Amino acid sequence: MPITCIAQNRVLSAAISGEIDQHSAKEMMSTLDRQIDIVLPRSLTLDFGGVTFMDSSGIALLLRAYRRMLELGGTLAVEHVSSQPSKVLRCAGVDRFIKFE
Amino acid sequence: MVKPVNQATIEFLSRSANEGFARSSAACFAAQLDPTLDELNDLKTAVSEAVTNSIVHAYPDTLGKISMRMQLMEDNSIVITVRDWGIGIADIEQARTPLYTTGKDDRSGMGFTIMESFTDLLRVKSTLGKGTTVIMRKKIARRAGGGIR
Repeated sequence: MPITCIAQNRVLSAAISGEIDQHSAKEMMSTLDRQIDIVLPRSLTLDFGGVTFMDSSGIALLLRAYRRMLELGGTLAVEHVSSQPSKVLRCAGVDRFIKFE
Repeated sequence: MVKPVNQATIEFLSRSANEGFARSSAACFAAQLDPTLDELNDLKTAVSEAVTNSIVHAYPDTLGKISMRMQLMEDNSIVITVRDWGIGIADIEQARTPLYTTGKDDRSGMGFTIMESFTDLLRVKSTLGKGTTVIMRKKIARRAGGGIR
């Protein structure tokens, strides 16, 4: 599964795997949207450990999750980002307002 | 004038499933230059952005043709030319502004910014109603025993 979600006590964790491009991001975003709507989490953690490649579609996915968590008054953290996705995120300046662990 | 030593062109439909195919093709062809993993990743990322732009924007209500020409140059650089025959870009400078997009919130507007950051040279040409051409050049460092012959 490109995105696997686990929720407990309004804490949502989503593990993403494979490549994030415009093609794969569509389904990932819709799954994540749905899970956020169901769980209404206080905190969302996105685990990028399985992400082998990411282009700006990954930025769009993150920004969308960030905006949604902002609306809910919750927090967003992103963990296990490897070097290629990290370079893309830093290029876009996303590391300035999203927490990376 | 730096000359090409080797060249290949692929042509495909503007389907999003072809984004990965274009990335892999460019990486595969660029292997002849003996790139590092980082250089290959930079190239794949830039290609992904250029090809995705054409797929998402060039042919709004239909499927169209996209071509990607890859040239390996005698100075061990690669020149990638992504071309479509779609609607074109009205204002190229505006399109290249970070965060600007004509798409919805599923697009970040960072495509051109990433292409500029990950390559050494980027040129964009476009004519409304005729199509868009994006040319990118990336120098691959020559390493002992490797590189184009």
